[in-house]
Amino acid sequence: METSTVDPWHALADPTRRKVFARVAHGQCSVTEIARDLPVSRPAVSQHLRVLLDAQLVDVHQQGRERLYRPRLSGLEGLRRELESYWSQTLTRFKDVAEQTYEPTTPAPEGKTR
Amino acid sequence: MSTTAQDRTRLEVDITVDVPVEHAFRVFTERFDEIKPREHNLLTVPIERTVLEPYAGGTIYDVGVDGSRCAWARVLVHEPPHRLVISWDISPRWQVEPDPDRTSEVEIRFVAETPERTRVALEHRHLDRHGDGWEGFTSLDSGDGWPLYLERYRAIAEREATDA
Repeated sequence: METSTVDPWHALADPTRRKVFARVAHGQCSVTEIARDLPVSRPAVSQHLRVLLDAQLVDVHQQGRERLYRPRLSGLEGLRRELESYWSQTLTRFKDVAEQTYEPTTPAPEGKTR
Repeated sequence: MSTTAQDRTRLEVDITVDVPVEHAFRVFTERFDEIKPREHNLLTVPIERTVLEPYAGGTIYDVGVDGSRCAWARVLVHEPPHRLVISWDISPRWQVEPDPDRTSEVEIRFVAETPERTRVALEHRHLDRHGDGWEGFTSLDSGDGWPLYLERYRAIAEREATDA
C-alpha cells in the first residue's frame, strides 16, 4: 500500500497550490511553464510542487533537459478517494449523533460494567 | 476509524460507537439527514432535508429548499438492526445515474460488540461499474468536472482544519 507524508486534502487547502495543481492537471508542464502561466515565482512553484509530490497528487519525469510534472491521480483512484472521504465524514457524524442521542432507559444491572 | 485500500474497485470504512446495535441502526437510517455531508448536492438549490425510506425498494432523496427532489440511491436491503444495502446512483461527475448497471453498491453492517457498543462497517463496492465517468477523470480537462472536484477537496480540507 502506498503511503504519503502529506494528506492530499490538506495539500489542496492552499489556494495557490490548488492553482499549481490545476495547471499540472491541465497538461504536463515544467516549473518554468507554470511560473509563466501563473502569478507565482519559480521558487514558490517548486515548493508547491514538492508538497504535491509528497501528497502523491503529481509525479515528475525527465524529458530531455526538462523535468515535467503531470497529475498522478487516476480516475478511479480519484473517485475512490472522494467517496472514502464522503463515507468517513458520514460515519464520523453518525458516531456523534448516535452517541449524543443515546440515553440508557434503564440503569445497567448491578455489577455490570460498560 | 480505519480504511483499507487493496482492491481499487472497493473501499471500506468502519467505526465503533458506544451505543447498542438497535440504536445505531435507527440513527443511521432515521437520521441520515443529519449525518450526510451537506456539500454533496445534486440539486441546483440548497438541500432542505434528506429522506431515507426505510424499506427495500425505497429510495434516498434530497429535498431542495424550493421543494425540488433528487433521488440518488435505492434501498436494496433493509434488515434492522444489522444490515442496510443501498445503491449509489451517482456518476463520478456527480450527476444522477439512471442506468442501474452503471451504479455501485454500499453495504453497511451493524455488529454488536457488547450490549452497548456497536461496530459499523461500511463497504462501497463495484466502483468500476461507473465506467467511463471515472476514466474521464484522467483527462482532467473537462471544464466543469475538475474545478468542482477541487472545490470539494477545499471544503473538506478547510473543515478538517477548523475541526482540528
